[in-house]
Amino acid sequence: MQKVIRKSTPFLYLSPTILLLTILSLIPIAMVFTYSLMDNVVMNRNPVFVGIANYVEILTNSVFQQAFSNTMYFTVMSVVFHLILGLSFAMLLNARMLSPIVKAFFRTIYILPWVFTATIIAILWRLMLNPNGVVNYLLATVGLIDSPVEWLSSRQLALHSVTFINIWAGYPFYMVSLLAGLQGIPEELYEAGTIDGADRRQLFWYITIPQLKPIIVSLAMLDFIWTMHQFTLIWMTTGGGPIRATEMLSTYTYKLAFSSYQFSHASASAFIILALSAFVALFYVRQQRATDE
Amino acid sequence: MNKRVISLFLVLTLLVAAVSGCTIVAPQAAPAAPGDGTVTLEFTQWWEPELPAGAFRALMDEFEAQNPGIKVQLISGPYSTTREQVVAGAAAGTMSDVVGLDGAWVNDFVKQGSLANLSDLMAQAGYDDSELAAQIQLNGATYMIPVVNFVYPVFVNLDLMEAAGISNPPATRSEFAAAAAALVDPANNRYGWVLPLSLEQPNGIQNDVMSWVWASGGSMMADGQPDLTNDAVRSVAEFIKGLYDAGVIAPGAFSMREQDKVEEFVNGRVGMMISSLAHINMIRERNPELNFAITAIPAEDGYTGRRGLPYASWGIGVAANSPHQAEAWKLVEFLMSAETNSRLSSIANAFPGNINSTPDFVQTDELFGAAFEVFQAGYLANEFVGLPVAEELMRLFSEQFQLYLDGSQSLDDALNNAQEAWMAYF
Repeated sequence: MQKVIRKSTPFLYLSPTILLLTILSLIPIAMVFTYSLMDNVVMNRNPVFVGIANYVEILTNSVFQQAFSNTMYFTVMSVVFHLILGLSFAMLLNARMLSPIVKAFFRTIYILPWVFTATIIAILWRLMLNPNGVVNYLLATVGLIDSPVEWLSSRQLALHSVTFINIWAGYPFYMVSLLAGLQGIPEELYEAGTIDGADRRQLFWYITIPQLKPIIVSLAMLDFIWTMHQFTLIWMTTGGGPIRATEMLSTYTYKLAFSSYQFSHASASAFIILALSAFVALFYVRQQRATDE
Repeated sequence: MNKRVISLFLVLTLLVAAVSGCTIVAPQAAPAAPGDGTVTLEFTQWWEPELPAGAFRALMDEFEAQNPGIKVQLISGPYSTTREQVVAGAAAGTMSDVVGLDGAWVNDFVKQGSLANLSDLMAQAGYDDSELAAQIQLNGATYMIPVVNFVYPVFVNLDLMEAAGISNPPATRSEFAAAAAALVDPANNRYGWVLPLSLEQPNGIQNDVMSWVWASGGSMMADGQPDLTNDAVRSVAEFIKGLYDAGVIAPGAFSMREQDKVEEFVNGRVGMMISSLAHINMIRERNPELNFAITAIPAEDGYTGRRGLPYASWGIGVAANSPHQAEAWKLVEFLMSAETNSRLSSIANAFPGNINSTPDFVQTDELFGAAFEVFQAGYLANEFVGLPVAEELMRLFSEQFQLYLDGSQSLDDALNNAQEAWMAYF
């Protein structure tokens, strides 16, 4: 009896987490996977098993392919520019020549986009990028444009516009995390590098970047997953349009479920997104394990 | 040992808390009838939050007073939340006894078998349906009754019209095109008309595009099937393309939503828009100086028949899974009675679903009075009501129509592609 109690104790400690994970994650995932293998569940009272037919249909659908391509562009550009802007602002805020008051002021200003919810950001930018909005007004005032630019209504510009909005909204997370990382780099490393004759560029590439690498990799992977799931911003700015210019995997899946009521197709699409996210998450876990070791 | 006992106790406490938490989120059955035989009806709708505080509950209290033994439990939320709740309830078989419905949802719920046949309930109750302005039917049976209707006439900015030298609101498409062209002043950000084609809310296709077809007695359907390539739809598409190419439509149409459209009109940036009467008070509040009037949607030149008027309804239905369908019908009958319907349409600024009801505002408000004349001279027309996946059909048409407007495809291709896309759902 004593042995059984001893062996089961770790599992008892873990049981609340296991139970919650099962209820909140495993069961819903299993249900969505099951739905994806049936013909139209929810709308059909007696759905039948169709195997991978829904996956084949979704993967060969031209709208899904465009949504995948748009999502990849949106995600990769967002992650790259989040990193560049976040690192740049973090280094500016870490500069020794700035007084603490100036740093605190700019830190507050730069972090503002991250404070807003996606809904507020979408409304804000819809107003600013409106053909009669402040952005066009400023561009027209300085003579850069002759007629109003349709930032969110033009097929050529809409994807770039929503990507820009997402970059604006997301860089502060990198900035704050990298600033913490920069402040943790021992000053002695730079002093040693300087004594060895390294210039500023070499100090950056051979000390700053390697020291920040674990943070950068973690941030990039998490950001990749989060950005790939972005729904609210796209839905509230363009709804996936004009035509399909900003259709993302998230908006495509939502439309399948709540507009076409094709819940099995939506489940298949959602499971594909889950698989993509899990693939990236796998690298994240590996990277974390390597860091721990 | 003590530590182990405490740990075990904590783990068990967490387990109990987790399990009881799960119990709370589990679907709940319909309220059970208390021991005294009182029946409690659940009524899910989005109407209560859109009415003055307490007004809808007061109607329910009146119903309860008239029907001892029946209580009404209102489950209210915004439109979108209500829709998701009703979809989930339909899927799980836990739909409320009485549900607020949009005509665009009906087909899918009927296919699911979630809605009760109201024709049968009316027959069982011996109800005379001749007072009902409309009934939404599928396969010859009624599943939804529009309780109140919000019609969509043309709003005209009278000051801009006067400045452009136009004395009368347009009555034909030619007059509309001429007026819209005269109103355009890009230097001052002023345009003749506004067309919202956002894919997030694709109802612009219903209210601002197909409404032109119905206003001239046309149809986008034939024998219950899509007929998007007919002359009526074709001529409207060509007419709107003409306006688009002439630059009279406010920029940003492809991502514009209904509320953006109203905003453009409120701020005096467009001279004309097709919009819901429900927006009159909001427009007055936002811009008390705006001098505007209401007129019917212009018809094709030479058309003299009655004009179809697009509308949106607060519809009502009864759940197929409800154990209290007879009591539920009593509530529907109460809301559709001439007196109650007059009061509800008065507080909702809508037109009644009972032909013998007259809302107060028709006599007291000149604009609503004019709109009521437009309403009485025409007929309610919304062919999307009762269609399967109606919102998706609008979106599919919008995509093809946008490609046509921006010159990426011909009219034939746009209409044929939309027709093909629609047929997949019929």
